[in-house]
Amino acid sequence: MRNPLADKVVEIKPSGIRKFFDIVSEMKDAISLGVGEPDFDTPWHIRDEGIYSLEKGRTFYTSNAGLKELKVEICNYLKRKQNLDYDFAKEVLVTVGGSEAIDIGLRAMLNPGEEVLIPQPSYVSYEPCTVLAGGVPVIINLKAENEFRLTAQELIDSITDKTKVLILPFPNNPTGAILERKDLEEIAKVCIEKDIFVISDEIYSELTYKEKHVSIAEIPGMQERTILINGFSKAYAMTGWRLGYACGPEMIITQMTKIHQFAIMCAPTTSQYAAVEALKNGDDDVAQMRDAYNQRRRYLVHTFKEMGLDCFEPFGAFYIFPCIKEFGMTSDEFATRFLQEEKVAVVPGTAFGDCGEGFLRISYAYSLENLKIAMERFARFVEKLRTEQNTK
Amino acid sequence: MREQLLAFIEKNSRVDFKELAVLLGVEEIDVVNELQKCEEEGIICGYHTLVDWDKVGLDKVSALIEVRVTPQRGEGFDKIAERIYNYPEVNAVYLLSGGYDLLVSIEGKSLRDVSLFVSDKLSTLETVISTATHFILKKYKEHGTILAKKKEDTREKVLL
Repeated sequence: MRNPLADKVVEIKPSGIRKFFDIVSEMKDAISLGVGEPDFDTPWHIRDEGIYSLEKGRTFYTSNAGLKELKVEICNYLKRKQNLDYDFAKEVLVTVGGSEAIDIGLRAMLNPGEEVLIPQPSYVSYEPCTVLAGGVPVIINLKAENEFRLTAQELIDSITDKTKVLILPFPNNPTGAILERKDLEEIAKVCIEKDIFVISDEIYSELTYKEKHVSIAEIPGMQERTILINGFSKAYAMTGWRLGYACGPEMIITQMTKIHQFAIMCAPTTSQYAAVEALKNGDDDVAQMRDAYNQRRRYLVHTFKEMGLDCFEPFGAFYIFPCIKEFGMTSDEFATRFLQEEKVAVVPGTAFGDCGEGFLRISYAYSLENLKIAMERFARFVEKLRTEQNTK
Repeated sequence: MREQLLAFIEKNSRVDFKELAVLLGVEEIDVVNELQKCEEEGIICGYHTLVDWDKVGLDKVSALIEVRVTPQRGEGFDKIAERIYNYPEVNAVYLLSGGYDLLVSIEGKSLRDVSLFVSDKLSTLETVISTATHFILKKYKEHGTILAKKKEDTREKVLL
């Protein structure tokens, strides 16, 4: 029999922490701080709208690019939040989560051999999606001393003749880093000068704890070269509904819609109706969840400081990224021992790129009660490690 | 800060001042001062505990009683409301719009207890025209808390 598989797919590395997942899922009494999705239920009025749409028999496909009503609401939302103007008929595509938008955005834009700049640590899908789209991933290793922000200089240093797209994953999973307007202005200058397009993954845009989120598309000259990706998973606690969207220049959105049409048909209809309700009446829910996350964030920053652990204050998403280099072990070793000895699961920073070595991703999409128990165990473990080091 | 502080302790008043200060990103002394001010101004009216007595196994009976009354000259409904809310077995008294005037929430040890309160005390008040007693069969949700079941975390344990 011939080899049934495509080399390109086989060559993609599976996530290195598979082994880790397996231990955690078998350990029944483990506390997990390893989850990258909200702990809140989708607000009831949004769920209710989904149920209502089913009762009304709205069980058919929508048009490929999405329900008109939803696309209009997405445009209203981006106007309200980011002061951005998009044409709902030509510049918006409703997708199956932000992740589909990332995939088809890259597929629509890349010719073989063209390079995509991917700042890391970051979400795990950018690299494989680039490879599958025929592009070449070029990793930019972000630095802890810059609070894991992308700097214009780092960008310039990575650009070649083949560079076409920059992926901008802020607010960031796993570091919790954000980019502020002045950071974005400097990056925008480079992008315009070097004629680079941006895929801006803003799925955590509602979860910032300093100033309101700024999109790179707001910087003059950038909207025409940016695909803005957002969705409902994080802001409205709607991960299971699988709904996101991409907004950008008609030229790119048209081609993305073509791929979406042939591969997906349309995003789930029930989810689209629920999402209309989320955008129309969900601002208060978002604010309430943000307040809760912010309290937990302050608690963790404070607790790590008390432990004397090196950790920058994150201002976005729902992750904190403490440094564990002082213990002289890898992130993987630390996470494995912590799980075995204290039964708390955290994700090694290396799951998000090599430069995540020496760091842990800790999610605060957990109740305060849970976090408190976990932090007691964390403090105990840190003490134990320090004692071990001193007696060596 | 006041609004955030109140929103927090309305849901959980057991938290200590130091921790509350961390969560809200303010100084401990400000939390203490603000709480004291809220108590003095009567904004914080008490710190109670939500108990689901059904699970304790003690027999308790609660009822909501609709009361129609004749308002009194110069006093409106306040006077009669006061006469009712002074009874210790009364949990809550509201003045309502609509088909009746006062809604009285009451708790007793038994059906007989509650019935006696209605027949002996409430109905005999001069300005009370009529009452309708509704016994509570089951409490599903109280003070924003669902009593029926505890929420479980059904998410996968690790998700990137």
